[in-house]
Amino acid sequence: MKKYLAPGAALLCLLLTVPAALAAGEVVVYSARNEQLIKPMFDAFTKETGIAVKFVTDKEGPLMQRLKAEGANTPADVLITVDAGNLWEAANEDLLQPANSEVLEKNIPAHLRDPQNRWFGLSVRARTIAYNTQKVKPGDLSTYEDLAGPKWKGRLCLRTSKKVYNQSLVGMLIAQHGEAESEKIVRGWVANLATDPFSDDTKTLEAIAAGQCDVGLVNTYYYGRLMKKDPKLPLALFWPNQNGSGVHVNVSGAGVTKHAKHKAEAVKLLEFLSSSDAQNLFADVNMEYPANPAVKPDPVVAAWGSFKQNPINVAKAGENQAAAVKLMDRAGYR
Amino acid sequence: MAGNAVSAAPPGGPIFGKRQSPAGSGGAWRFLPFVVAAVVLLPVAVVVSSFLTPAGDVWRHLVETTLADLVANTFWLALGVGLGTVVLGVSLAWLTAVCEFPGRRVFAWSLLLPLAIPAYVTGFVFIGLFDFTGPVQTQLREWIGSGVWFPKVRGRLGVVLVMTLALFPYVYLLARNAFLTQGKRALEAAQSLGLNRVQGFFRVALPMARPWIAGGLSLALMETLADFGTVAVFNYDTFTTAIYKAWFALFSLPAAAQLASILILIAFALLIAEQQSRSRMRYAEGRGGARMDRIRLTGIRAWLAFALCLGVLVLGFLLPVAQLLWWALGVAARDLDARYFGFFWHSLLLSGIAAAVTVGLALLLSYAGRHFPDPWTRFAVRASTLGYAVPGAVLAVGIFIPIAWVDSWLVAAGELLLGTKPGLVVQGTLLAMLVAYVARFMAVGFNPIESAMQRVTRSMDEAARSLGLSLGHALLRVHLPILRGGLITGAMLVFVDVMKEMPITLMTRPFGWDTLAVRIFEMTSEGEWERAALPSIAVVMAGLVPLILLTRHAEK
Repeated sequence: MKKYLAPGAALLCLLLTVPAALAAGEVVVYSARNEQLIKPMFDAFTKETGIAVKFVTDKEGPLMQRLKAEGANTPADVLITVDAGNLWEAANEDLLQPANSEVLEKNIPAHLRDPQNRWFGLSVRARTIAYNTQKVKPGDLSTYEDLAGPKWKGRLCLRTSKKVYNQSLVGMLIAQHGEAESEKIVRGWVANLATDPFSDDTKTLEAIAAGQCDVGLVNTYYYGRLMKKDPKLPLALFWPNQNGSGVHVNVSGAGVTKHAKHKAEAVKLLEFLSSSDAQNLFADVNMEYPANPAVKPDPVVAAWGSFKQNPINVAKAGENQAAAVKLMDRAGYR
Repeated sequence: MAGNAVSAAPPGGPIFGKRQSPAGSGGAWRFLPFVVAAVVLLPVAVVVSSFLTPAGDVWRHLVETTLADLVANTFWLALGVGLGTVVLGVSLAWLTAVCEFPGRRVFAWSLLLPLAIPAYVTGFVFIGLFDFTGPVQTQLREWIGSGVWFPKVRGRLGVVLVMTLALFPYVYLLARNAFLTQGKRALEAAQSLGLNRVQGFFRVALPMARPWIAGGLSLALMETLADFGTVAVFNYDTFTTAIYKAWFALFSLPAAAQLASILILIAFALLIAEQQSRSRMRYAEGRGGARMDRIRLTGIRAWLAFALCLGVLVLGFLLPVAQLLWWALGVAARDLDARYFGFFWHSLLLSGIAAAVTVGLALLLSYAGRHFPDPWTRFAVRASTLGYAVPGAVLAVGIFIPIAWVDSWLVAAGELLLGTKPGLVVQGTLLAMLVAYVARFMAVGFNPIESAMQRVTRSMDEAARSLGLSLGHALLRVHLPILRGGLITGAMLVFVDVMKEMPITLMTRPFGWDTLAVRIFEMTSEGEWERAALPSIAVVMAGLVPLILLTRHAEK
């Protein structure tokens, strides 16, 4: 047995020495925004400030559980998500702390950040109407609510209600109309479905293009991606609710963790990400809209037209998310 | 019918007999099952402990709205996949193990290949090809017109088909092991009693392969019950859907964990029931059991066998891989870079070590369980395999919480003893990852070994003991050679499963230590499936190597 001991001990040491120590001049990020959409900004930040960024990606739920389980020992300084609901929940669970920074308050509009500055939207994801240009005239379209009307019977395609983007959308409907009225709208959508809800936005768009249905609700960057691949598709975007509440927007955003070991660096990273240079990089890499209103979107994105955003704070989406999910379950929206 | 088969086995001592091993043998062996069970049961216990936190409102909501549908959906899915994997797995195993027909040698190993593709990837490819917007239906509409009827792809039938194609290799691999090691005596005896070949298969060979088939089926079913990715691609709501909805959408991890506990309970009940139902049967094969002469299929039968094997191979492997390759070629110029060496290496390293450790522990467990057949040991052994029935992300949290707890304890101790705060010690190390993989995949390593253990007769144990061999030496010199097939099978399955595993890898990996599965996640999390094809193909290739090498080895 003895002859196995030495190699065994060596292996154990090897296994245990992988974690890196916390060095100075670095910031540690837990990111639900995936690598290819976040690493270019980190590289730019390191180049400008000399501060190294160490990050790990995962889904929001596990990342938040991780922060919770690690408590005061967490190595993470920043949490990044791709929706406001999860940022709201992270703040709600007391996993974030306020980052009081004039730069951030100046760069990010009030409705795209936490009223207590525990998180900030960094890019805007608009969820809007996409339609088949051969079957629908833009004049036929008006609002999200209108898609529940009988004229769209058998013509609507939706993504599953299990995706947070739809949960946020319905959460915002609840903020405007209350639960009872919102449930009526969602029931109307379900009654108008041309086929079972899809598992992703791209599939929804493809179905609209193929004529399986005429209209649907999607995030704009999926449209951008698909059109880039096949510009001939008979698809276009429509900005709804322009005479009323405005287009539903969500954010991809970030907050400083409660037990951050590098708070100054973390705030610096957030400030950098909200600055004009990084904003273009952050939004353009995925054809999203900059959160900083002083920054123009990518020309391809700008060509889709400008629109009025829903001015209600996106935190409402998180606050109403559970109610929205239950409502959609009741309405039979899978 | 099993009685026939059992009496065909030569007389040996009872495997789960009342007689205990002689006192004083193997002190360490006595406690091993409990230690391993404790490691696996810790995360499971964390999950079950969720019942301490009330989550009544989520439950009420589910009961009032979707629960009945979810349970029905889950039932039909489990039934469909269960039947599908057994019919497909056993028939293909019989054909390639016992019969002879054109292409048999190639099919024997290539029918394992579907295992190398994650099921949700196969599902996505199927929907892409066969749904309304896919090339098949588009072409049909062009030829016949818009009214053409096509079976619903994103529905029950579709998800059952895809999961069956992805999971049947579990049954195939184990059943094949059984048929290959069955020997010809029993079948000869059946023939001498006037049974024809078909009767011989159903009344002798099949009942004698039962522990193997049950082992493979339980793996397929546990994976089906815990699956989230595939059903999500089909938007087919199951019990797991409710688990993730409770956690991610309703922000109630306790409710999610409580729902997951029910899955654990169902899995445990099934395992115990299966074990009880065959606890008095014995499957040992006597005196070498000469290999049968293959049944030579001719004419239409040979072609039917060929067509079945080829059809399964095309649908379960060649078609999805062709689609993935097509996509991967389109994005390789942009995405394929030197970092892929690192991803590849990390995946291989993790899968390799995890396979070795899991199978090693599974062997010790199975062996200890055999020698100490008291109820507590048996309970511990069975409980050690439950991690596989828990949805991956939920188990990942169950694993992460104790790890973080140990770390915070170590940090506090370090502060006290050394005066400085050390960084996190266990978390983010490969050790933590390995423990997590063992907890998740013990069933995958254990089931093939446990069924192979049935081939060891009690008289072999006694012979070893009478020669004065200790339990450890008997394992090495008597049992290991007989168990080789089971060990290889177990290692291969764990290897491929770790390669595909996502939630635990995501949650426990060290900073910057990305694997191929992590790459798949990075792409699919924003719906970029075509870019996910590149790491998916890499996973398939990395999984292929051991699959082919080891099956060839096992064939000899």
